[in-house]
Amino acid sequence: MNGFTALLMRDLRLVWRRPGDVGVVLAFFVVATVLFPLGIGPEANVLARIAAGVLWCAALFAALLSLERLFASDHEDGTLDLLLLAPWPLELAALAKCAAHWIVTGLPLSLLAPFLGIAFGLDGQSLLALGVTLLVGTPTLSLIGGLAAALTLGARRSGALLALLALPLCVPTLIFGAGAIETLAAGEGIVTHVAILAALALVALATTPWAIAAALRQAGE
Amino acid sequence: MADLHFLANPARFRRFSQRVLPGLGFATVLMLGVGLYMAFFVAPEDYQQGQTVRIMFLHVPSAWLSMGGYALLAALGASLLVWRHPLAALMARAAAPVGACFAAVCLLTGSLWGRPMWGAYWVWDARLTSMLLLFFLYLGHIALSRAYDDSGRGDRAAAILALVGVINLPIIKFSVDWWNTLHQPASITRLDAPAIHNSILVPLLWMAVSLLFLFVFLVLLRTETEIDRRRLEVADMQGEGGRA
Repeated sequence: MNGFTALLMRDLRLVWRRPGDVGVVLAFFVVATVLFPLGIGPEANVLARIAAGVLWCAALFAALLSLERLFASDHEDGTLDLLLLAPWPLELAALAKCAAHWIVTGLPLSLLAPFLGIAFGLDGQSLLALGVTLLVGTPTLSLIGGLAAALTLGARRSGALLALLALPLCVPTLIFGAGAIETLAAGEGIVTHVAILAALALVALATTPWAIAAALRQAGE
Repeated sequence: MADLHFLANPARFRRFSQRVLPGLGFATVLMLGVGLYMAFFVAPEDYQQGQTVRIMFLHVPSAWLSMGGYALLAALGASLLVWRHPLAALMARAAAPVGACFAAVCLLTGSLWGRPMWGAYWVWDARLTSMLLLFFLYLGHIALSRAYDDSGRGDRAAAILALVGVINLPIIKFSVDWWNTLHQPASITRLDAPAIHNSILVPLLWMAVSLLFLFVFLVLLRTETEIDRRRLEVADMQGEGGRA
């Protein structure tokens, strides 16, 4: 566990020293979201109808944007080789990297999204539901994205390839995340959706670290 | 399984496939000829769907084969990662585009059938959408296995992806079904409600078997080509090493 905390703190410290990297991701999220009303038109009822889907998709793209560098810089400067040689499980290292990614992208995106939701005319309950579903759903995106990043480490055109691999696997999370706000509008509770999102996150938590570690090992060969 | 292990040696596989391929190719042509004749001339029109029901004879087996093809990719991925069978990598490389083609045929024939029956080339039906996502998973596998200069690296990465994909497929299928019922309450009557009559079922199963023959034939042929290509690469590298 010591190694886990150390690696997590190191990644967070690296981001803290260069906050611009996170800033770019959040700025992308805001700009991408703002483009939708400009493209679709300012009708309030249309915007409120599509808000959840737009914000979820934009959050998904923003999370993918920063994933390409997740393992690449460690691969280049040799940190990854040391992690492979370290006497504690590589699975934990993979989990630490994904946790750090979630803390610097998933968490701020979940906190920021409700404020953007206001601009789309969502009511208070929907805004809360949006924040909660993103909070529960984004860890899955970080884990699946981390796997895609590990698989494409050192590949040609790795950025586009990463998106091609990760997006189909993120479909269930997107469906239940955006669907929750829809059921709320239909007058039902969101507990089922949040529970399924949590289940998806737990499945990802239980499976992806092993797959990421396997991918990193064969990248180090 | 022990009997299949002896084929893991590429040279032995090649001897085996060279013996099998001509006969298999002949059988495929024969089966497909008879199957298509039955599908187009013998099978009756459907009283609701008319002539368009004949699309089903190509559409349904393609869907089965594209799903079976992904299971094959996952099995090959497992045998590459667990036993390091060199042939598994080559066969996965050969099988992925074939499976993707069957998925594409399924999607295309489905949309051609949908135009007269549903009035649109594409509807966001749960089955169509999950088949589309399966097609995307195939594309990811193909792109990943060919994205590295070191082909062994691409093979192993794609093997991990196939295993992750096969775990995720039921989840994706389930969530797309859920999503579809949420957005669009059953507005489409499906043809599988009444039991299928034998005059339709027999050509359908015949076509399924003959397309399975085609699938196996194409995969074996492409695997042979992959073995030859890998040999040429190695010979090329040795040649360069000799000159330097």
